[in-house]
Parts: sequence; C-alpha cells; structure tokens
Amino acid sequence: MGMTMTQKILADHAGLPEVKAGQLINARLDMVLANDITGPVSIKEFDKAGFDGVFDKSKISLVMDHFVPNKDIKSAEQCKTCRTFAKRFGIDHFYDAGEMGIEHALLPEKGIVASGEAIIGADSHTCTYGALGAFSTGVGSTDLCAGMASGMAWFKVPSALRFELTGKMPPFVSGKDVILHIIGMIGVDGALYKSMEFCGDGISNLSMDDRLTICNMAIEAGAKNGIFPVDDITREYMKGRVDRPYKEYSADPDAEYEKTYTIDLSTLRPTVSFPHLPENTRTIDEAKGVKIDQVVIGSCTNGRISDMRAAAEILKGRHKAAGIRVIVIPATQSIYKQCIHEGLIDIFIDAGCVVSTPTCGPCLGGYMGILADGEKCVSTTNRNFVGRMGAVTSEVYLASPQVAAASAVTGEITSPEDL
Amino acid sequence: MEEARGRVHKYGDNIDTDVIIPARYLNSSDPAELAAHCMVDIDPEFAGRVQQGDIIVGGENFGCGSSREHAPIAIKASGVSCVIAATFARIFYRNAINIGLPILESPEASRAIADGDEVEVDFQSGTIRDITTGEEFRAHPFPEFIRRIIDAGGLLASLREEA
Repeated sequence: MGMTMTQKILADHAGLPEVKAGQLINARLDMVLANDITGPVSIKEFDKAGFDGVFDKSKISLVMDHFVPNKDIKSAEQCKTCRTFAKRFGIDHFYDAGEMGIEHALLPEKGIVASGEAIIGADSHTCTYGALGAFSTGVGSTDLCAGMASGMAWFKVPSALRFELTGKMPPFVSGKDVILHIIGMIGVDGALYKSMEFCGDGISNLSMDDRLTICNMAIEAGAKNGIFPVDDITREYMKGRVDRPYKEYSADPDAEYEKTYTIDLSTLRPTVSFPHLPENTRTIDEAKGVKIDQVVIGSCTNGRISDMRAAAEILKGRHKAAGIRVIVIPATQSIYKQCIHEGLIDIFIDAGCVVSTPTCGPCLGGYMGILADGEKCVSTTNRNFVGRMGAVTSEVYLASPQVAAASAVTGEITSPEDL
Repeated sequence: MEEARGRVHKYGDNIDTDVIIPARYLNSSDPAELAAHCMVDIDPEFAGRVQQGDIIVGGENFGCGSSREHAPIAIKASGVSCVIAATFARIFYRNAINIGLPILESPEASRAIADGDEVEVDFQSGTIRDITTGEEFRAHPFPEFIRRIIDAGGLLASLREEA
C-alpha cells in the first residue's frame, strides 16, 4: 500500500522504509518553535527536568510575538525568561521586538522552514508550513521541551483526507475563502487527528500566500497537518530564502485516503464564519448587513503582503465608516516595510485605520483591539470562539482581507463586489 | 494513577481552550493562578464550585483550538481528577497525557452522564461507573506506548528513563 505525502515525510524522519496510519513512531525534527506564551512553560519544564543542553541551537526558533511589545509586567517577565534561555544556549533563531514578526509568517519568509522538513511548534497554527510541502504540526509546551532537548517527537501516523482543488478562484475570492468553505463543509472536527492533503490542477492557481492561509487553518478542522505538493510556485518562493538542500516528497499514486473531496474553486463565494465556531460559515450573500464595531486585518492567517495589498486596494480613496475602529497589522517587519514602500500604509492611515507593529495581540484577545460587551468584529484571524477577542458577549466574524476591508468602509458585513 | 471518583461538571461539544483558560490570563503559567480562571468564560462559577477529585465530562472535540498547555494545567490544578469526552482535540490529548492529567474517550459515557452525577473511574480496566444512575461504560484504553509515558510520570520523566 502506498503512502500519503505526510506519511512519506514521517517515515523518512523516523528512519523507516514505510509507515502505516495508526502506527506510533519516533521522528527526528528539523525545527522546533515556541513563542512568548508557550516558551516559558517549556523552559520551566526544561529546567525542572535538568537538561543541560539543547539538541541543536540552529534548529530552535523562539519568536516573541504574542504579547510583544510587552503589554504588562507579567508579559515582560515571560519574554525575559525566553531571552535568558536563548542567550544561555546561543539559540540562532531568537526574534525579539524589532526583528520579530508573527511566527508563522516569519519562519517561511526567512527560509527557516522548507519543503520536506518535519517541524513542531508550541502553537496550534504551526500547521501553516504545510504550504511549503513540509510536515508541520502544533504541540504543547511539554512536547516542545522534549523536542528542544532531544530533537525528537513521538507521533501517531495520521490517516488522511484528500482535497482535490480544480479551476480558478473568481475575483474577490482568496485562500481564506477556500479554507473557510472547507471547514464549513467538514466541521471543526472533520479532520480530527488526520492530515488534509491538497492536490488537483487548481493548486497551480493558488499563490504561496493563499496556500499558507489554507494550511494555517487546517487546525480549525481538527487536523494534525495540512499539506500541499511542491511545485514551481513553492520552489520560486524558497529561492533566495532557503539556503540548504531540501527534499521534495509526493504522495504515492496508490496512497490511501479516507475520503476525497473535490472542490471547484470557480464556484466559491467570499465566505464568512459566524460566531462562535469557524464551521458556522455563510457565503457573503447570506452574511451581508451585520453591523460591526471593529475590523482587524492581520494575523498568522492573513497578515502577509498579498493580504495587505488586497485590503489596500479596497480602502484606497475610501474611508472607514464612522464610529468603527479598523486595525491593520502587517505580520512581519519586512511586510511592514514593503507596505511603506508600496504606499499601503498611507492608504490605511488616510482611510482612518490604526497600523500596528507585528503582534498576535487582538487575534487571541491579548491586547491591541479588545472588544467590549456586545461588540462585533469582522476579523481576518482564525478563531471566533466565545470571548476570543474580549468580552464573553462580543462576537467575531471570520473573513478574508477583501471582505474585512469592504466591511470597514460600510460599517456592516459587506461584499467587496458591492462597493 | 489507579482510580478517580468525584462529582461531574458536564459541558457540551467543542469546548475550546479559549473558554478553558482565556488568553487574557496567559501572561502567567502559575498553575494556581490559571486554576482560579479555569472555565471562566463558559462557567464563571466553576472555580468556586469545583472540589478536589471532581470529574469533567465533555462532548465531541474537547479542548479544540489553541495549543496552550495552560488549558490542561488549569484543569489539573483545579483538582479535577479526570476528563471524559466523546472525542478530544489532538493537541489537548497530547498535552493532557504529557502533564499527567488522565483523560478517557467514551462517546457513551459522554452522552449518558449528567451534570452533578457521582462518577468513579478505574483507569486500569478503563471502566467508568456512574454511581448516581448505576450505569457502567468502557472507555478506549490507552495504547501501550502512552501507558509507558503515563507510568513514567509524564513525557519528560519517560525521556529521562530512556536516556
């Protein structure tokens, strides 16, 4: 029996000729990642366990992105813990305020993750790097601690769902709409413990940013990982970023999938997830008219340059609706600079937006855009759970940068087609 | 880890880690501090009501969302002796095992057990007994590999044993 793309990467990293779904394996890791929330818990465990060294200082990333620049004394202490640890072991990829970006935008951008690699991160959206054809999954702080010490992690080999994408997305539809549509179709536990493998002739019409957004939200369907095949778009993206040899894997023709879904991208509509689960999707046509108080454009899901451009294109020469707040957060310093060079920051500020240094802040209700009682927000982030962005009674509507920007102009959920 | 016995706090499907421990409290990793805010956005009285040994029963996809290990830490530090659910989200499942919070998957128990019931769990046999109703359920047992981690006292302890 053939193996899925994920299974082939895992087999190689476990030093096995073959693995099967359900098999428990111990796999070698190419990169382990933590942030300022999960890092301190790992470091505490690391010290408690009495490890005297890390497995490889060039294969650990510590990115201070959640509550940075520090929102309060306790957050500052958490960063201090990470900073001290990074210095102690000479961690190569330590990113503090000024250099940091949102981790899942930063690592691909800097070429720290590449095709064929096995990556764990103490952050659930670590599954993002599947866009590059890597096996990449989120873990907790204890797994991360063990990974930093040993360079290994145990996995149950996942079975897989296949998503065959055909055709081309119409205008105003993006990778975000593709993944929201899929989550709406299979549910928040539709891919529980499984891989989501994307294939089909439609993927050649998806940019790397679209793919990163799609894999980013695989966790929102409960998946262990999401993964795209490696093609010219992947190779082009890694050129100049990844300076080490990398390996390209592809699924065997006779690989076993629990189910195959075929999605014609040309039939998709801009899609919005209503509170309080990402699976509560509606097309824009069924979503229009909800009055909002805030818009957030950014995050590890949609804070990349193409997201900024898409939002700016809609906001150019327009102004946000009276009485609402619009917060735009380029995900990395380099994206921020690109926005400045392209004049996007001018567009945002002229439209009445807040533009912030990279941070995860509002996405998880940390800071920089907390919602008050009963307030509603259209957000390009990834979760709309109860209380996710602030007050328990507040509501988050997940959407693409295009829909978020159009909604910012009118003050209610709006299709960019209607402006 | 032999057995657990306690009063049940029952919740529905898709209990996410944001309601188990909201991000506004993640500027700390102190177990007692996390426990003080456990479940606050879905059950504000939980922290005051929970007793040592109590059991949480959830539905499908318990612990979905963020990878924050603070979620099982908050539950464990609340005194909860076991979480029973129809299914668990995978990162939460790993985290619970790694920090030594016993969890059991049983769709039947998840459906039948009511809030406030007195429940007894035998981890060796995987038996869940609802003392209030007299009903008995069998949970999926842990695979051998996982049992070794738990017996060693968690992932890091098992790693040290192998070293």
